[in-house]
Amino acid sequence: MPIKQISIFVENKPGRLADITAMLAKKNVDIRALSIADTTDYGILRLIVSNPETAVVTIREEGLTVSSTDVLGIAIPDVPGGFAKAIRALADADISVEYAYAFITPEKGQAFVIIRVADNAAATKVLARADIKLIEQSEIFK
Amino acid sequence: MSNCFNPDIEMASREYLNAVQSARLIKMVYNCYNNVPFYKKKFDEIGLLPQDIKTIADIGKLPFTVKQDLRDNYPFGLFAVPKEKLVRIHASSGTTGKQTVVGYTAGDVDNWSEGSARAIAAAGGTKSDYIHVSYGYGLFTGGLGLHYGAEKIGATVIPVSSGNTARQVQILQDFGSNILCCTPSYAMFIGETIKEMGIDPESLPLRAGIFGAEPWSENMRIEIEKSLAIKAYDIYGLSEIAGPGVAYECSEQNGMHVCEDFFYPEVVDPDTLEPLPDGTFGELVFTCIGKEALPLVRYRTRDISALTHEVCSCGRTLVKMQKPRGRSDDMLIIRGVNVFPSQVEHVVLSIGMEPNYQIVVERINNLDVMTVNIEMSEALFSDEIRQIEETERRIRHALQDTLGVAANVHLAEPRSLPRSEGKAVRVIDKRKI
Repeated sequence: MPIKQISIFVENKPGRLADITAMLAKKNVDIRALSIADTTDYGILRLIVSNPETAVVTIREEGLTVSSTDVLGIAIPDVPGGFAKAIRALADADISVEYAYAFITPEKGQAFVIIRVADNAAATKVLARADIKLIEQSEIFK
Repeated sequence: MSNCFNPDIEMASREYLNAVQSARLIKMVYNCYNNVPFYKKKFDEIGLLPQDIKTIADIGKLPFTVKQDLRDNYPFGLFAVPKEKLVRIHASSGTTGKQTVVGYTAGDVDNWSEGSARAIAAAGGTKSDYIHVSYGYGLFTGGLGLHYGAEKIGATVIPVSSGNTARQVQILQDFGSNILCCTPSYAMFIGETIKEMGIDPESLPLRAGIFGAEPWSENMRIEIEKSLAIKAYDIYGLSEIAGPGVAYECSEQNGMHVCEDFFYPEVVDPDTLEPLPDGTFGELVFTCIGKEALPLVRYRTRDISALTHEVCSCGRTLVKMQKPRGRSDDMLIIRGVNVFPSQVEHVVLSIGMEPNYQIVVERINNLDVMTVNIEMSEALFSDEIRQIEETERRIRHALQDTLGVAANVHLAEPRSLPRSEGKAVRVIDKRKI
Protein backbone atom coordinates (compact mmCIF):
# COMPACT_ATOMS: atom_id res chain seq x y z
CA MET A 1 0.00 0.00 0.00
CA PRO A 2 1.44 3.33 -0.98
CA ILE A 3 2.00 6.07 1.53
CA LYS A 4 0.57 9.58 1.18
CA GLN A 5 3.22 12.25 0.84
CA ILE A 6 2.31 15.90 0.75
CA SER A 7 4.33 18.28 -1.41
CA ILE A 8 4.32 22.04 -0.98
CA PHE A 9 5.61 24.74 -3.34
CA VAL A 10 7.84 27.08 -1.34
CA GLU A 11 9.56 30.21 -2.59
CA ASN A 12 13.09 30.66 -1.34
CA LYS A 13 12.40 33.35 1.21
CA PRO A 14 13.51 33.46 4.82
CA GLY A 15 10.98 32.09 7.28
CA ARG A 16 8.85 30.06 4.89
CA LEU A 17 9.76 26.71 6.44
CA ALA A 18 9.07 28.08 9.90
CA ASP A 19 5.66 29.37 8.76
CA ILE A 20 4.60 26.10 7.20
CA THR A 21 5.71 23.85 10.05
CA ALA A 22 3.96 26.18 12.49
CA MET A 23 0.71 25.86 10.50
CA LEU A 24 0.90 22.08 10.81
CA ALA A 25 1.83 22.14 14.47
CA LYS A 26 -1.26 24.24 15.22
CA LYS A 27 -3.42 21.47 13.74
CA ASN A 28 -1.57 18.81 15.66
CA VAL A 29 -0.08 17.30 12.52
CA ASP A 30 3.05 15.33 13.31
CA ILE A 31 5.91 15.32 10.78
CA ARG A 32 7.80 12.07 10.54
CA ALA A 33 9.94 12.59 7.47
CA LEU A 34 10.88 15.57 5.42
CA SER A 35 12.88 16.36 2.32
CA ILE A 36 13.44 19.55 0.41
CA ALA A 37 14.30 19.67 -3.25
CA ASP A 38 15.44 23.10 -4.20
CA THR A 39 16.41 25.29 -7.14
CA THR A 40 17.72 28.85 -6.93
CA ASP A 41 14.20 30.26 -6.99
CA TYR A 42 11.98 27.82 -5.17
CA GLY A 43 11.81 24.49 -3.42
CA ILE A 44 9.46 21.61 -3.03
CA LEU A 45 8.91 20.60 0.56
CA ARG A 46 7.94 16.95 0.81
CA LEU A 47 6.48 15.63 4.04
CA ILE A 48 5.29 12.37 5.50
CA VAL A 49 2.82 13.36 8.20
CA SER A 50 0.49 11.73 10.68
CA ASN A 51 -2.62 13.14 9.04
CA PRO A 52 -2.13 13.94 5.36
CA GLU A 53 -5.76 15.02 4.72
CA THR A 54 -5.71 17.60 7.51
CA ALA A 55 -2.29 18.77 6.39
CA VAL A 56 -3.41 19.32 2.79
CA VAL A 57 -6.55 21.22 3.82
CA THR A 58 -4.58 23.36 6.29
CA ILE A 59 -1.83 24.25 3.83
CA ARG A 60 -4.30 24.98 1.07
CA GLU A 61 -6.36 27.23 3.33
CA GLU A 62 -3.21 29.17 4.05
CA GLY A 63 -3.04 29.86 0.33
CA LEU A 64 -0.11 27.67 -0.62
CA THR A 65 0.14 25.28 -3.51
CA VAL A 66 0.03 21.72 -2.22
CA SER A 67 -0.44 18.29 -3.66
CA SER A 68 -0.75 14.78 -2.33
CA THR A 69 1.30 12.04 -3.96
CA ASP A 70 1.41 8.27 -3.46
CA VAL A 71 4.93 7.13 -2.67
CA LEU A 72 6.37 3.81 -1.49
CA GLY A 73 7.98 3.26 1.89
CA ILE A 74 10.43 0.44 2.30
CA ALA A 75 12.01 -0.94 5.44
CA ILE A 76 15.71 -1.53 5.10
CA PRO A 77 17.76 -3.64 7.50
CA ASP A 78 20.37 -1.40 9.07
CA VAL A 79 23.33 -3.33 7.61
CA PRO A 80 25.79 -2.45 4.85
CA GLY A 81 24.21 -3.11 1.44
CA GLY A 82 20.66 -3.01 2.72
CA PHE A 83 19.51 -0.18 0.48
CA ALA A 84 21.68 -1.34 -2.41
CA LYS A 85 19.71 -4.56 -2.67
CA ALA A 86 16.38 -2.77 -2.95
CA ILE A 87 17.57 -0.19 -5.44
CA ARG A 88 19.29 -2.88 -7.56
CA ALA A 89 16.02 -4.81 -7.81
CA LEU A 90 14.26 -1.71 -9.17
CA ALA A 91 17.09 -0.90 -11.54
CA ASP A 92 17.09 -4.45 -12.92
CA ALA A 93 13.38 -4.06 -13.63
CA ASP A 94 14.08 -0.76 -15.41
CA ILE A 95 12.17 1.27 -12.86
CA SER A 96 13.78 4.62 -12.19
CA VAL A 97 13.55 6.36 -8.86
CA GLU A 98 12.64 10.05 -9.22
CA TYR A 99 13.75 10.80 -5.70
CA ALA A 100 14.23 9.09 -2.35
CA TYR A 101 14.79 10.10 1.22
CA ALA A 102 15.44 8.09 4.37
CA PHE A 103 14.54 8.42 7.99
CA ILE A 104 15.09 6.28 11.03
CA THR A 105 12.49 4.96 13.39
CA PRO A 106 12.39 4.20 17.10
CA GLU A 107 12.40 0.55 16.11
CA LYS A 108 15.97 -0.57 16.29
CA GLY A 109 17.76 -2.29 13.40
CA GLN A 110 15.96 -0.78 10.44
CA ALA A 111 15.63 2.42 8.48
CA PHE A 112 12.76 3.56 6.32
CA VAL A 113 13.25 4.91 2.84
CA ILE A 114 10.58 6.79 0.89
CA ILE A 115 10.90 6.30 -2.84
CA ARG A 116 9.03 7.97 -5.66
CA VAL A 117 8.55 5.99 -8.86
CA ALA A 118 6.26 6.50 -11.81
CA ASP A 119 4.41 3.20 -11.40
CA ASN A 120 3.81 2.18 -7.79
CA ALA A 121 2.09 -1.09 -8.65
CA ALA A 122 4.96 -2.31 -10.82
CA ALA A 123 7.54 -1.27 -8.22
CA THR A 124 5.57 -2.98 -5.45
CA LYS A 125 5.67 -6.27 -7.37
CA VAL A 126 9.38 -6.02 -8.04
CA LEU A 127 10.19 -5.22 -4.41
CA ALA A 128 8.00 -8.06 -3.13
CA ARG A 129 9.81 -10.51 -5.42
CA ALA A 130 13.14 -9.25 -4.09
CA ASP A 131 11.90 -9.80 -0.56
CA ILE A 132 11.98 -6.10 0.37
CA LYS A 133 9.53 -5.15 3.06
CA LEU A 134 7.07 -2.39 2.19
CA ILE A 135 5.69 -0.35 5.02
CA GLU A 136 2.21 1.07 5.58
CA GLN A 137 1.27 4.58 6.63
CA SER A 138 0.11 3.22 9.98
CA GLU A 139 3.48 1.61 10.71
CA ILE A 140 5.27 4.91 10.42
CA PHE A 141 3.22 6.44 13.21
CA LYS A 142 3.14 3.41 15.54
CA MET B 1 29.04 71.63 -40.94
CA SER B 2 25.51 70.60 -41.79
CA ASN B 3 26.15 67.21 -43.44
CA CYS B 4 22.84 67.26 -45.31
CA PHE B 5 22.02 64.32 -47.53
CA ASN B 6 19.31 66.33 -49.28
CA PRO B 7 19.82 70.05 -48.56
CA ASP B 8 17.02 71.05 -50.96
CA ILE B 9 14.54 69.55 -48.52
CA GLU B 10 16.41 69.53 -45.24
CA MET B 11 17.17 73.25 -45.50
CA ALA B 12 14.10 74.29 -47.49
CA SER B 13 11.96 77.28 -46.60
CA ARG B 14 8.76 76.69 -44.65
CA GLU B 15 6.74 77.83 -47.69
CA TYR B 16 8.41 75.27 -49.92
CA LEU B 17 7.98 72.49 -47.35
CA ASN B 18 4.30 73.38 -46.94
CA ALA B 19 3.79 73.26 -50.68
CA VAL B 20 5.39 69.81 -50.89
CA GLN B 21 3.36 68.63 -47.91
CA SER B 22 0.08 69.99 -49.29
CA ALA B 23 0.58 68.31 -52.64
CA ARG B 24 1.45 65.00 -51.03
CA LEU B 25 -1.38 65.16 -48.51
CA ILE B 26 -3.95 65.73 -51.24
CA LYS B 27 -2.62 62.80 -53.23
CA MET B 28 -2.58 60.61 -50.14
CA VAL B 29 -6.15 61.47 -49.14
CA TYR B 30 -7.41 60.45 -52.58
CA ASN B 31 -5.38 57.25 -52.34
CA CYS B 32 -6.97 56.48 -48.96
CA TYR B 33 -10.49 57.32 -50.09
CA ASN B 34 -10.33 55.39 -53.32
CA ASN B 35 -8.30 52.36 -52.28
CA VAL B 36 -8.78 51.72 -48.55
CA PRO B 37 -12.40 50.85 -47.64
CA PHE B 38 -11.58 51.48 -43.97
CA TYR B 39 -10.74 55.13 -44.72
CA LYS B 40 -13.62 55.63 -47.15
CA LYS B 41 -15.99 54.54 -44.38
CA LYS B 42 -14.27 56.80 -41.85
CA PHE B 43 -14.40 59.80 -44.17
CA ASP B 44 -18.04 59.12 -45.07
CA GLU B 45 -18.97 58.92 -41.39
CA ILE B 46 -17.84 62.50 -40.80
CA GLY B 47 -19.01 63.71 -44.20
CA LEU B 48 -15.50 64.43 -45.45
CA LEU B 49 -14.72 64.37 -49.14
CA PRO B 50 -11.18 64.17 -50.54
CA GLN B 51 -11.63 67.57 -52.19
CA ASP B 52 -12.20 69.15 -48.76
CA ILE B 53 -8.46 68.74 -48.13
CA LYS B 54 -6.78 71.55 -50.02
CA THR B 55 -3.60 72.27 -48.07
CA ILE B 56 -1.58 70.80 -45.23
CA ALA B 57 -3.43 73.23 -42.92
CA ASP B 58 -6.57 71.11 -43.45
CA ILE B 59 -4.95 68.12 -41.77
CA GLY B 60 -7.01 68.70 -38.60
CA LYS B 61 -10.17 67.77 -40.55
CA LEU B 62 -8.94 64.21 -40.95
CA PRO B 63 -9.82 61.39 -38.53
CA PHE B 64 -7.20 59.68 -36.37
CA THR B 65 -5.90 56.13 -36.80
CA VAL B 66 -4.86 53.93 -33.87
CA LYS B 67 -2.90 50.67 -33.55
CA GLN B 68 -6.14 48.76 -32.97
CA ASP B 69 -7.22 49.72 -36.50
CA LEU B 70 -4.15 47.90 -37.83
CA ARG B 71 -5.00 44.86 -35.73
CA ASP B 72 -8.65 44.89 -36.78
CA ASN B 73 -7.54 44.90 -40.41
CA TYR B 74 -4.80 42.31 -39.94
CA PRO B 75 -2.81 41.53 -41.94
CA PHE B 76 -3.21 43.56 -45.17
CA GLY B 77 -6.63 45.22 -44.79
CA LEU B 78 -5.31 48.81 -44.76
CA PHE B 79 -3.02 48.45 -47.77
CA ALA B 80 -3.86 50.88 -50.56
CA VAL B 81 -2.03 49.10 -53.37
CA PRO B 82 -2.40 45.74 -55.11
CA LYS B 83 0.06 42.95 -54.38
CA GLU B 84 2.16 43.56 -57.48
CA LYS B 85 3.04 47.04 -56.22
CA LEU B 86 4.35 45.75 -52.91
CA VAL B 87 8.05 45.01 -52.55
CA ARG B 88 8.45 44.48 -48.80
CA ILE B 89 6.61 43.50 -45.63
CA HIS B 90 7.76 44.30 -42.11
CA ALA B 91 5.94 43.54 -38.88
CA SER B 92 6.24 44.32 -35.22
CA SER B 93 4.92 42.24 -32.38
CA GLY B 94 1.43 43.18 -31.33
CA THR B 95 -0.87 42.19 -28.49
CA THR B 96 -2.30 38.69 -28.14
CA GLY B 97 -0.07 37.29 -30.83
CA LYS B 98 -1.28 39.52 -33.65
CA GLN B 99 1.46 41.48 -35.34
CA THR B 100 1.25 44.94 -36.79
CA VAL B 101 1.97 44.43 -40.48
CA VAL B 102 3.37 47.12 -42.74
CA GLY B 103 3.72 46.93 -46.52
CA TYR B 104 6.03 49.02 -48.70
CA THR B 105 6.07 49.85 -52.38
CA ALA B 106 9.41 50.49 -54.10
CA GLY B 107 8.72 54.20 -53.60
CA ASP B 108 8.04 53.69 -49.88
CA VAL B 109 11.31 51.82 -49.40
CA ASP B 110 13.09 54.56 -51.32
CA ASN B 111 11.64 57.34 -49.14
CA TRP B 112 12.33 55.43 -45.95
CA SER B 113 15.89 54.76 -47.13
CA GLU B 114 16.29 58.47 -47.75
CA GLY B 115 15.18 59.21 -44.18
CA SER B 116 17.73 56.74 -42.93
CA ALA B 117 20.37 58.17 -45.30
CA ARG B 118 19.69 61.67 -43.93
CA ALA B 119 20.31 60.29 -40.43
CA ILE B 120 23.60 58.69 -41.44
CA ALA B 121 24.73 61.86 -43.24
CA ALA B 122 23.78 64.00 -40.23
CA ALA B 123 26.00 61.73 -38.14
CA GLY B 124 28.83 62.52 -40.56
CA GLY B 125 28.56 59.39 -42.69
CA THR B 126 29.83 59.49 -46.27
CA LYS B 127 30.29 57.04 -49.10
CA SER B 128 33.81 56.29 -47.91
CA ASP B 129 32.58 54.93 -44.56
CA TYR B 130 32.01 51.43 -43.27
CA ILE B 131 28.57 51.36 -41.66
CA HIS B 132 28.33 48.61 -39.06
CA VAL B 133 24.67 47.62 -38.63
CA SER B 134 24.08 45.68 -35.40
CA TYR B 135 20.32 46.11 -35.35
CA GLY B 136 18.47 42.85 -35.89
CA TYR B 137 17.64 42.01 -39.50
CA GLY B 138 14.26 40.52 -40.29
CA LEU B 139 10.68 41.59 -39.77
CA PHE B 140 12.04 44.17 -37.32
CA THR B 141 12.73 47.38 -39.26
CA GLY B 142 16.01 48.29 -37.53
CA GLY B 143 18.54 46.27 -39.52
CA LEU B 144 17.19 46.77 -43.04
CA GLY B 145 16.27 50.40 -42.33
CA LEU B 146 19.85 51.48 -41.66
CA HIS B 147 21.15 49.05 -44.26
CA TYR B 148 19.23 50.71 -47.09
CA GLY B 149 20.10 54.18 -45.81
CA ALA B 150 23.80 53.32 -45.86
CA GLU B 151 23.53 51.91 -49.39
CA LYS B 152 21.68 55.02 -50.54
CA ILE B 153 24.61 57.15 -49.37
CA GLY B 154 26.93 54.79 -51.18
CA ALA B 155 28.69 53.73 -48.02
CA THR B 156 29.83 50.17 -47.38
CA VAL B 157 27.39 48.26 -45.21
CA ILE B 158 28.60 45.63 -42.79
CA PRO B 159 25.35 43.80 -41.99
CA VAL B 160 26.48 42.17 -38.74
CA SER B 161 22.99 42.02 -37.17
CA SER B 162 22.65 41.68 -33.42
CA GLY B 163 24.32 39.29 -31.00
CA ASN B 164 27.73 37.62 -30.72
CA THR B 165 29.39 40.61 -29.12
CA ALA B 166 32.93 39.25 -29.33
CA ARG B 167 32.53 39.01 -33.10
CA GLN B 168 31.08 42.53 -33.21
CA VAL B 169 34.20 43.83 -31.49
CA GLN B 170 36.48 41.86 -33.78
CA ILE B 171 34.76 43.38 -36.83
CA LEU B 172 34.96 46.87 -35.32
CA GLN B 173 38.70 46.29 -34.96
CA ASP B 174 39.60 44.30 -38.05
CA PHE B 175 37.24 45.84 -40.63
CA GLY B 176 37.56 49.31 -39.14
CA SER B 177 33.86 50.18 -38.92
CA ASN B 178 33.33 53.97 -38.89
CA ILE B 179 29.70 54.23 -37.79
CA LEU B 180 27.90 51.82 -35.48
CA CYS B 181 24.11 51.42 -35.68
CA CYS B 182 22.32 49.54 -32.89
CA THR B 183 20.16 50.02 -29.82
CA PRO B 184 21.74 52.31 -27.20
CA SER B 185 21.73 49.55 -24.60
CA TYR B 186 23.63 47.29 -26.97
CA ALA B 187 26.10 50.09 -27.65
CA MET B 188 26.70 50.30 -23.89
CA PHE B 189 27.26 46.55 -23.83
CA ILE B 190 29.71 46.67 -26.72
CA GLY B 191 31.51 49.52 -24.93
CA GLU B 192 31.86 47.40 -21.81
CA THR B 193 33.06 44.41 -23.79
CA ILE B 194 35.74 46.54 -25.44
CA LYS B 195 36.91 47.64 -22.02
CA GLU B 196 36.94 44.07 -20.69
CA MET B 197 38.96 42.95 -23.69
CA GLY B 198 41.50 45.64 -22.87
CA ILE B 199 41.00 47.50 -26.14
CA ASP B 200 41.54 51.26 -26.18
CA PRO B 201 38.43 52.73 -27.87
CA GLU B 202 40.58 55.58 -29.22
CA SER B 203 42.47 53.00 -31.28
CA LEU B 204 39.30 52.08 -33.24
CA PRO B 205 38.39 53.89 -36.49
CA LEU B 206 34.82 54.19 -35.13
CA ARG B 207 33.78 57.84 -34.88
CA ALA B 208 29.98 57.93 -34.62
CA GLY B 209 27.00 55.85 -33.62
CA ILE B 210 23.33 56.01 -34.58
CA PHE B 211 21.23 54.61 -31.79
CA GLY B 212 17.50 54.18 -31.44
CA ALA B 213 14.53 51.81 -31.12
CA GLU B 214 14.42 52.29 -27.36
CA PRO B 215 14.44 55.14 -24.85
CA TRP B 216 17.80 56.39 -23.66
CA SER B 217 19.02 59.25 -21.51
CA GLU B 218 21.66 61.95 -21.73
CA ASN B 219 23.63 60.00 -19.15
CA MET B 220 23.65 56.97 -21.42
CA ARG B 221 24.82 59.20 -24.25
CA ILE B 222 27.75 60.45 -22.18
CA GLU B 223 28.57 56.89 -21.16
CA ILE B 224 28.44 55.57 -24.75
CA GLU B 225 30.44 58.47 -26.14
CA LYS B 226 33.12 57.82 -23.54
CA SER B 227 33.26 54.02 -23.73
CA LEU B 228 33.35 53.91 -27.54
CA ALA B 229 35.16 57.24 -28.07
CA ILE B 230 32.51 58.40 -30.56
CA LYS B 231 29.74 60.93 -30.96
CA ALA B 232 26.34 59.29 -30.35
CA TYR B 233 23.28 60.31 -32.39
CA ASP B 234 19.66 59.51 -31.70
CA ILE B 235 17.34 58.18 -34.40
CA TYR B 236 13.59 57.75 -34.23
CA GLY B 237 11.19 55.55 -36.09
CA LEU B 238 8.35 53.15 -35.67
CA SER B 239 7.44 50.29 -37.93
CA GLU B 240 3.85 51.46 -38.51
CA ILE B 241 5.21 54.63 -40.11
CA ALA B 242 8.38 53.24 -41.73
CA GLY B 243 11.20 52.31 -39.38
CA PRO B 244 14.33 54.14 -38.23
CA GLY B 245 14.78 57.38 -40.15
CA VAL B 246 11.43 59.02 -39.44
CA ALA B 247 13.45 61.55 -37.44
CA TYR B 248 17.14 61.91 -36.68
CA GLU B 249 19.57 63.98 -34.69
CA CYS B 250 22.03 66.49 -36.12
CA SER B 251 25.30 67.61 -34.59
CA GLU B 252 23.37 69.88 -32.19
CA GLN B 253 22.13 66.77 -30.36
CA ASN B 254 19.06 68.48 -28.96
CA GLY B 255 16.04 67.03 -30.69
CA MET B 256 15.52 65.09 -33.89
CA HIS B 257 14.68 66.55 -37.30
CA VAL B 258 11.54 64.92 -38.66
CA CYS B 259 11.44 63.92 -42.33
CA GLU B 260 8.26 65.96 -42.53
CA ASP B 261 8.19 65.77 -46.31
CA PHE B 262 7.33 62.05 -45.91
CA PHE B 263 5.95 61.81 -42.38
CA TYR B 264 3.96 64.85 -41.25
CA PRO B 265 4.05 65.22 -37.47
CA GLU B 266 1.59 66.77 -35.05
CA VAL B 267 1.48 66.79 -31.27
CA VAL B 268 -1.97 66.51 -29.70
CA ASP B 269 -3.42 66.35 -26.22
CA PRO B 270 -3.91 62.57 -25.69
CA ASP B 271 -7.27 63.15 -23.98
CA THR B 272 -8.92 65.88 -26.07
CA LEU B 273 -6.94 65.15 -29.28
CA GLU B 274 -6.62 68.91 -29.79
CA PRO B 275 -3.35 70.04 -31.42
CA LEU B 276 -0.81 71.48 -28.98
CA PRO B 277 1.46 74.48 -29.58
CA ASP B 278 5.20 74.17 -30.25
CA GLY B 279 7.21 73.16 -27.22
CA THR B 280 4.29 71.55 -25.38
CA PHE B 281 4.56 67.83 -24.74
CA GLY B 282 1.71 65.64 -25.94
CA GLU B 283 1.05 62.60 -28.07
CA LEU B 284 2.98 62.42 -31.31
CA VAL B 285 0.83 61.82 -34.40
CA PHE B 286 2.09 61.08 -37.92
CA THR B 287 0.43 61.26 -41.30
CA CYS B 288 2.30 59.25 -43.93
CA ILE B 289 2.00 61.82 -46.72
CA GLY B 290 4.84 60.24 -48.68
CA LYS B 291 3.63 56.65 -48.49
CA GLU B 292 1.70 54.59 -50.99
CA ALA B 293 1.21 51.09 -49.57
CA LEU B 294 0.14 51.94 -46.03
CA PRO B 295 -0.87 55.62 -46.03
CA LEU B 296 -1.80 56.01 -42.36
CA VAL B 297 -3.82 59.13 -41.58
CA ARG B 298 -3.00 60.91 -38.30
CA TYR B 299 -1.60 57.77 -36.69
CA ARG B 300 -1.40 58.05 -32.90
CA THR B 301 2.04 56.80 -31.90
CA ARG B 302 1.40 56.90 -28.11
CA ASP B 303 4.86 58.44 -27.77
CA ILE B 304 4.93 61.63 -25.70
CA SER B 305 7.01 64.34 -27.38
CA ALA B 306 7.04 68.01 -28.38
CA LEU B 307 7.77 69.79 -31.68
CA THR B 308 9.79 72.95 -32.36
CA HIS B 309 9.84 74.77 -35.69
CA GLU B 310 12.73 77.13 -35.02
CA VAL B 311 15.54 76.92 -37.54
CA CYS B 312 18.31 74.76 -36.12
CA SER B 313 21.86 76.07 -35.87
CA CYS B 314 22.87 73.15 -38.13
CA GLY B 315 20.99 74.97 -40.89
CA ARG B 316 18.18 72.45 -41.23
CA THR B 317 14.66 73.81 -41.29
CA LEU B 318 12.94 70.46 -40.75
CA VAL B 319 10.83 70.51 -37.60
CA LYS B 320 12.47 68.96 -34.53
CA MET B 321 10.85 66.50 -32.14
CA GLN B 322 12.08 66.03 -28.60
CA LYS B 323 13.24 62.63 -27.43
CA PRO B 324 10.02 60.81 -26.41
CA ARG B 325 9.45 61.15 -22.67
CA GLY B 326 7.20 58.19 -22.24
CA ARG B 327 4.08 56.57 -23.52
CA SER B 328 0.40 57.30 -23.25
CA ASP B 329 -0.26 53.55 -23.05
CA ASP B 330 1.32 50.65 -21.17
CA MET B 331 3.73 49.52 -23.88
CA LEU B 332 7.24 48.61 -22.77
CA ILE B 333 10.29 48.69 -24.97
CA ILE B 334 12.57 45.78 -24.12
CA ARG B 335 15.85 45.66 -26.03
CA GLY B 336 14.15 47.55 -28.84
CA VAL B 337 11.14 45.24 -28.97
CA ASN B 338 7.65 46.52 -28.19
CA VAL B 339 6.03 44.51 -25.43
CA PHE B 340 2.50 44.92 -24.12
CA PRO B 341 1.52 43.47 -20.72
CA SER B 342 -1.58 42.02 -22.40
CA GLN B 343 0.69 39.77 -24.50
CA VAL B 344 2.19 38.35 -21.33
CA GLU B 345 -1.28 37.80 -19.93
CA HIS B 346 -2.26 35.95 -23.08
CA VAL B 347 0.71 33.59 -22.67
CA VAL B 348 0.01 33.02 -18.98
CA LEU B 349 -3.61 32.10 -19.70
CA SER B 350 -2.73 29.91 -22.67
CA ILE B 351 -0.41 27.85 -20.50
CA GLY B 352 -3.26 27.16 -18.07
CA MET B 353 -2.17 29.44 -15.27
CA GLU B 354 -4.22 32.03 -13.42
CA PRO B 355 -3.72 35.59 -14.70
CA ASN B 356 -1.74 36.48 -11.59
CA TYR B 357 1.51 37.77 -12.94
CA GLN B 358 3.85 40.70 -12.71
CA ILE B 359 6.45 41.97 -15.15
CA VAL B 360 9.69 43.31 -13.73
CA VAL B 361 12.08 45.11 -16.07
CA GLU B 362 15.61 45.92 -15.02
CA ARG B 363 18.73 47.04 -16.78
CA ILE B 364 21.53 44.66 -15.83
CA ASN B 365 24.98 45.29 -17.34
CA ASN B 366 23.27 47.76 -19.64
CA LEU B 367 20.92 45.19 -21.08
CA ASP B 368 17.19 45.14 -20.49
CA VAL B 369 16.18 42.07 -18.54
CA MET B 370 12.53 41.19 -18.25
CA THR B 371 11.31 38.78 -15.61
CA VAL B 372 7.76 37.54 -15.47
CA ASN B 373 6.65 36.51 -12.00
CA ILE B 374 3.79 34.04 -12.16
CA GLU B 375 1.95 32.49 -9.26
CA MET B 376 2.16 28.72 -9.05
CA SER B 377 -1.17 26.98 -9.39
CA GLU B 378 -2.16 23.47 -8.29
CA ALA B 379 -2.91 22.52 -11.89
CA LEU B 380 0.75 22.95 -12.82
CA PHE B 381 2.37 21.96 -9.54
CA SER B 382 4.24 18.71 -9.21
CA ASP B 383 6.22 17.00 -6.48
CA GLU B 384 9.04 16.63 -9.02
CA ILE B 385 11.45 19.49 -9.78
CA ARG B 386 11.87 18.12 -13.28
CA GLN B 387 8.18 18.65 -14.07
CA ILE B 388 8.17 22.19 -12.70
CA GLU B 389 11.31 23.02 -14.64
CA GLU B 390 9.59 21.70 -17.74
CA THR B 391 6.64 24.01 -17.06
CA GLU B 392 9.01 26.96 -16.63
CA ARG B 393 10.67 26.10 -19.92
CA ARG B 394 7.29 25.93 -21.63
CA ILE B 395 6.35 29.39 -20.33
CA ARG B 396 9.73 30.82 -21.36
CA HIS B 397 9.36 29.48 -24.89
CA ALA B 398 5.80 30.72 -25.19
CA LEU B 399 6.88 34.19 -24.03
CA GLN B 400 9.80 34.26 -26.46
CA ASP B 401 7.51 33.15 -29.30
CA THR B 402 4.82 35.71 -28.57
CA LEU B 403 6.93 38.68 -27.50
CA GLY B 404 9.91 38.19 -29.77
CA VAL B 405 12.24 38.83 -26.86
CA ALA B 406 13.50 36.52 -24.11
CA ALA B 407 12.07 36.74 -20.61
CA ASN B 408 13.03 35.07 -17.37
CA VAL B 409 10.28 33.24 -15.55
CA HIS B 410 9.99 33.26 -11.79
CA LEU B 411 7.38 31.07 -10.18
CA ALA B 412 5.93 32.62 -7.07
CA GLU B 413 3.76 31.33 -4.27
CA PRO B 414 0.03 31.85 -4.70
CA ARG B 415 -1.31 35.18 -3.43
CA SER B 416 2.22 36.53 -3.13
CA LEU B 417 1.89 39.01 -6.00
CA PRO B 418 0.00 42.26 -5.43
CA ARG B 419 -3.69 41.90 -6.19
CA SER B 420 -5.74 44.05 -8.44
CA GLU B 421 -7.39 46.83 -6.51
CA GLY B 422 -8.92 48.66 -9.39
CA LYS B 423 -5.86 48.57 -11.59
CA ALA B 424 -3.32 45.83 -10.92
CA VAL B 425 0.32 46.85 -10.81
CA ARG B 426 1.38 44.63 -13.66
CA VAL B 427 4.65 46.28 -14.48
CA ILE B 428 7.56 47.32 -12.32
CA ASP B 429 10.06 49.14 -14.47
CA LYS B 430 13.25 49.54 -12.45
CA ARG B 431 15.30 50.86 -15.36
CA LYS B 432 16.78 54.23 -14.66
CA ILE B 433 16.97 55.61 -18.15
